[in-house]
Order: sequence, then structure tokens, then C-alpha cells
Amino acid sequence: MQLTNRSKVVSNKEMTLMERAYLPAIVKGMGITLSHLFKKKVTIQYPEVKRPIAPVYRGWHVLKRDEQGRENCTACGLCAVACPAEAITMTAAERKPGDENLYREEKYASVYEINMLRCIYCGLCEEACPKEAIFLTDRIVPSDMLRQNFIFGKDKLVEGTTADKRIDVGVRGGAHRKED
Amino acid sequence: MELVLIIKLILVVAVFAIALGIAAYSTYGERKIAAFFQDRLGPNRAGPFGLLQPLADGVKMIMKEEIIPAHADKTLFILGPALAMLTACMTGVVIPWGSTIEIGGAYYPLQITDINIGILYAFAVVSIGVYGVMIGGWASNNKYALLGALRASSQMISYELAMGLSIVALVMTTGELSIGEIVRQQHGWHWNVIYQPLGFLIFIVCAFAECNRTPFDLPECETELVGGYHTEYSSMKLGFYLFAEYINMFISSAIISALYFGGYNFPFMDSLGLSHNMVTTIGVFVFFAKVIFFIFFFMWIRWTLPRFRYDQLMNLGWKKMIPLAIINVLITGCVVLLLNKN
Repeated sequence: MQLTNRSKVVSNKEMTLMERAYLPAIVKGMGITLSHLFKKKVTIQYPEVKRPIAPVYRGWHVLKRDEQGRENCTACGLCAVACPAEAITMTAAERKPGDENLYREEKYASVYEINMLRCIYCGLCEEACPKEAIFLTDRIVPSDMLRQNFIFGKDKLVEGTTADKRIDVGVRGGAHRKED
Repeated sequence: MELVLIIKLILVVAVFAIALGIAAYSTYGERKIAAFFQDRLGPNRAGPFGLLQPLADGVKMIMKEEIIPAHADKTLFILGPALAMLTACMTGVVIPWGSTIEIGGAYYPLQITDINIGILYAFAVVSIGVYGVMIGGWASNNKYALLGALRASSQMISYELAMGLSIVALVMTTGELSIGEIVRQQHGWHWNVIYQPLGFLIFIVCAFAECNRTPFDLPECETELVGGYHTEYSSMKLGFYLFAEYINMFISSAIISALYFGGYNFPFMDSLGLSHNMVTTIGVFVFFAKVIFFIFFFMWIRWTLPRFRYDQLMNLGWKKMIPLAIINVLITGCVVLLLNKN
């Protein structure tokens, strides 16, 4: 069966004098490299220019707040159960009176940690979440020198309260809402 | 007399500075050209277009920790890179960087010294350069370094023979051993490459081997020998080795342009109707343009050809280059004899 027409019959025949002289081949090779000198460069200047990311890209997680700026997460632990890499740990706590503007329901996660080195970015936590609290975003997790810095706590996961610090989960959030 | 000394002093300092400057920017050029050949952009973060990259590299090299292995021969270990650097800088003395300049009716050549055996001097100094690599490799007390040094010495000795023979043919046509005089004979467009094409080919191939440049960079072949002769070196000693390679490349390019491509001579240099000093100035620029082209050529070859295998290297050196060079000497001899008879 022939899959492509790129196959070439190879033979081990004696080289001609021209081939053995080596120089024509070198000149040909130099022509090829020289032509690359003027070709368009493929480099993307990363921090300034970013490659377009697919809308379904799964990166750095976000813990959402509702419209009034209260954390959605109730520390039910479904995400941790769903996580195949066992990257998520959390400690639940009861909401104190007066904290109603901070947490949406009576229970919240006082500690919520994702080990970004264990995480496989499958998005199962997002699917498991009944409160629309956790989403994966198009943000790329930055590199670091120390392993312990990859355990992201609430400081790096929960979005801000002000409008400019909100993190848009765009397509992914929309998809979930339709299912409801 | 004193003016002569001052001019010579200026020349020495200028040649030294230019050699170091060009070598420093060759490292930048090398990386940039390598990148372009591979459809990349190359260093472009340090300064505009990455022009401060050599400076950053230099600072990095100096700041790094100096390590001398416990079982290394300390004296020789330090002597190695020093020798490599010294010999690399010494050859520039006999190269004519330009014609003469006229100051108050007297003519001063733009060459530090025009010794009558300039070619032999250049070859002698280049040969000493092998010791830098050899001593460095030996003193490291490391198998890879020793193998690299071994390869370097045998490669350089093998290719020096063919190089010497290609020069013999050149000396036969020009009848001169002084580089200054050889360049003067190539006035206008009478470049030696027209009379000695085969000799030039052999010379440039051997120059690649002498400079340890790809496809002959076996002494520092990363895939087999970790780092070759400079495996154990770090900090500025390593920097000296790498830098010496680039200075060698610059000097080789200068010698190739001087011997075969007319040095500072350019076509129609007499018919432009310019003053003597003006022609000399243009000549200097022309010479450096040629040199820079050959440095580019060195890099071009490096990013085109893969490395030879060691037996292929020796086969090429002994079974192809030397016979070719001898044939070239024979043909040149016959032609010179026939032309002189008529």
C-alpha cells in the first residue's frame, strides 16, 4: 500500500566523480542556508507578542466570586475528589457572622491549595464544581525556581473584587451556564 | 624617526583594539547569523538589536567562578589559555592593513612591520597556537580534554602541510615571502586568486582546519568529547579559549584576503583621480570589507556543513589535500618555467 508519493528508491551505487569531489554538494548546501537568511523568521517575541490561544485552553485556575464579590466556593470537596492527579487540598471553615459580604454561603474554604506541578489541567474540577466556583483560564502558569512556589493558595487563585481585577472565564463560563 | 615610532605605536594599539573588537562582535555575529540561517531572530534583548550582548557575555565570563581541578597541573593549566590568546594576537603584526599614508612628503606604511619572511612568521606563530590547545588539554588531567588536545594537535599538523604547500605555489608565482610585497603586487584587480584558484581552495580549507572551525571542529566536538580540550575550563580562561578562536578566525580572514584577494587593493584604484591618502583610506575599508566577508563565510560554512568523522578528516588531509597541493605546486612550477622562457 502506498500512503504518499514521497517515497524514494535508494540505491548504494558508486558515486560519480562530481559527487566524490564534494564541492558541488557544499555549494548547493550553502545556497540552501543562504536562502534561509532572507526567509521570514518564525520566532514569536513572547512577553510582547503572544500566540493566539484556543478558546478551550485550560491553564491557571481561578476561584470565582459572585456579582456582589462573595466567594462562590463552599469547600464541598467535589473538585478534590474529582481530581485524578490529587492536586487539590482544602480546609473548610464556617462563616462567622459579619462575613456575609465575603462568602456566599455558610461554609467556605479557609485554605484552598492546588499543586500546579501535580495538576494535569484536565478540567475535571471545573466540571465537578456545583457552585461555578472553579474555572480553568487561558492564563499560562509562570515558571519558578522553587517547587514550593508552585503550590498555589487562595492568594493566587481567588479573583479580585474590583471590576478590573475580575477574571473573565468567557467561553468556559458560558458553556456551564447553558447546561443549568 | 620619532614620528615613525608614534605611528607604529598607534598602529599596534589600533590593530590590537580592532582585533579584539571584531572578535567580540564576531561572537554576536555568529549567534545572529546562526539564528538567521535557522529562521530564528537571535540575541535581541541586550541593547538595540542585542548589540550589547558581547558585553553581557564578557561580564558573565569574568564573574563566573574560577575552577582549577585538584589534579590538574596548575602552571600549565593557566599557561594554556594564555598561550592561545597570545599567539592569536601576535599574527596581526605582519598583515598590511592599508597602503601607505603620506605625512609631510614622507610615506608611512599601514603595516606594523613588513618583515621579509612575513608568511613564515605567520605560519610559525599559528603553529605555536597548537600548544595552547595541547597544553590546556594535557594539564586538565581529563580524558575528554586529552582526547580533544590529541585531535587538535594531529589535525593541525596534518593540515599545516597542505597549507604550507599551497603557500609554496603562491610564493612561486609572486617570488616573495613578505606579505606587504605580495599585496603590493596585486595592484588593482591582479588578485592572486585568479592565478591560484586551486591553491586558494586548499588554503581556505586548511584555514578552517587550523581555526578548529566546523566542519573540522573535532577538538571541541560536543557530541563526543563533552567540551573537548576546554572541558575543565571555566570563567575567563574558557573565555580566552573561545575568544582566541574568534581572533584566529579574524586573522585567518585577514591573511586570506591579503594573500589571495588583493588585500587593500580594489579595481580602478588609480583611475578615480583621488589623492593618495584618500585611496589608502578607501583601501583600508575595502580590506576590512573583505575580511568581514570571509568571517561571514566561516560562519556560513559552519551552519551549513556537519562535522567530519575523525578518519574522514585524516583521509581528506593526507590523501586528498596534500596530493592536490603537490599537483598544484607542480603545475605552477611548469607554468612559471614556461612563461619565463618565452
